[in-house]
Amino acid sequence: MSIVAKVFWAFISLGVVTIWGLTLNGIVHKIFARVQGRLGPPVWQPFIDIFKNNAKRTAISHGIMYYLGPVFRIAGGIGTYMFIPVLFGSPYFSNFSASGDVLLVMYFIFFGQLGMALGAGEGGHPYSAIGVSRGLSQMTAFEVPFALSVISLAIQYHTLNITDIVAAQQGSFLNWTLFTNPLAVIAAMIAMLGMNMYNPFSVVIAPQEIPIGPPTEYQSAFLGLLATNRGIFNGAKLVLFMNLFFGGATNIFEMVAKTFAIYMFSVFVGAAYPRFRTEDSIRFFLKVPTLIGIASVLLFSL
Amino acid sequence: MSDIEQKDKPATQPEWVKDERTLTNSALPSEEQDWFCDARPRRVEKHWQVLENFMNWARAHSLWILAFGTGCGAIEMRPLVTARYDISRLGMQMRPTPRQASVFVIGGYVSLKTLKRIVRSYEQMQGPKFVVAVCSCAINGGMYWDSYNTIKRIDEYIPVDVYVTGCMPRPEAVLAGFNLLKKLIREGKAEGQNLYADKFDWYKANQKQVIKDWNMPDYNW
Repeated sequence: MSIVAKVFWAFISLGVVTIWGLTLNGIVHKIFARVQGRLGPPVWQPFIDIFKNNAKRTAISHGIMYYLGPVFRIAGGIGTYMFIPVLFGSPYFSNFSASGDVLLVMYFIFFGQLGMALGAGEGGHPYSAIGVSRGLSQMTAFEVPFALSVISLAIQYHTLNITDIVAAQQGSFLNWTLFTNPLAVIAAMIAMLGMNMYNPFSVVIAPQEIPIGPPTEYQSAFLGLLATNRGIFNGAKLVLFMNLFFGGATNIFEMVAKTFAIYMFSVFVGAAYPRFRTEDSIRFFLKVPTLIGIASVLLFSL
Repeated sequence: MSDIEQKDKPATQPEWVKDERTLTNSALPSEEQDWFCDARPRRVEKHWQVLENFMNWARAHSLWILAFGTGCGAIEMRPLVTARYDISRLGMQMRPTPRQASVFVIGGYVSLKTLKRIVRSYEQMQGPKFVVAVCSCAINGGMYWDSYNTIKRIDEYIPVDVYVTGCMPRPEAVLAGFNLLKKLIREGKAEGQNLYADKFDWYKANQKQVIKDWNMPDYNW
């Protein structure tokens, strides 16, 4: 396939994952509302919010880095997504997975958050700084079990290429990492709870506590960009987890079903548990999940 | 001469006007004047009508309320987010920062101290922005009529789109007010932001007349 066609299909798949990620957000709001005995917003509410934010007539900027914060964030989201194969064996939905491996993807996951931290810092609002410090410290903590789990996978499959990892899990569902390396999957799924920032790890955004966390000063189209990225980034993370641990997907319906099921894990936990404080969540991640991750590495290296 | 007639006639060249585009920020200490923007709010023209209709639809279905309770009527806002009334089904939610909010609910009496914060928060909201005044006290002073420390009519200080009367109004009445606001937005009649820009001198004169310790920028970007 020529590079032009590849770029074209990559953008098509980016559109698909954006719509799916935002729909998932809407479904999650609905589920949380029903758990609390409310009707909740319509499923398409995230789309209306994005339209509304982009339709604002005024926007203010606090400087160049403030301006670039959301740009870095969405670059991180798109970058994460572009190096993950969405459908195994499909030439159209493979993105640029041949050009990068799982380490590059992990770097991109971190990249957007760092850019956002710099941008929010220039906003100058003290609550942004508090949100950033909470977010970065929590992220540093959950990266440890996630990185250990990826190292365990690299030892198990002798590769860091995501397509090769998916290929090794084909055949039967018993070949999925979930069954061949359950300890790594447990460590990574607990790390995903922190990544998705639902309860008990929601202190970064902290609704009703400090205003909205890092994006306190962001408004209008800046916020629209951040909300769009939330859809892309959610989709990218879920597709990554599906590829690494749950056998990937060979068609779009399998992708939708599997990512939905993976997401529901953090939603169910989020609906059932109260919130950790930052120091509690850091201690949590550095204890049991890290030990499970170390065990999974030892299991395959010894 | 009554209070209202005096407010209708601002001085020909108030001290906060530098020229027709900029403000002086003269109430701030001289070293702080550079920290803030000195531009006036300007009228924002509408887009192409079909696009504007679509945008107004999106604005009406995604009202984010600034969670700033200014008086006793703000207690009526809390039931709105509970399971019984649940404004989230209408696409509304509380937003703790004025930057992201689009609806300002004035919940009852406004003391002079609160008015300063209301003006500051209102000006920090990004347009188009809407104001709903809840309770009698925000409309005509209510039981605080003739008080030395509260203002009588909030619409002399910021433009108001919808009034909800009552002392206090039930949450159903507040919901009805929000539905009226949605109707106004969809019809393109909720243009408080442009009204504020057009009559900026009048609003600012009224605000400065009652707020004696003015120690903030003349327009809070």
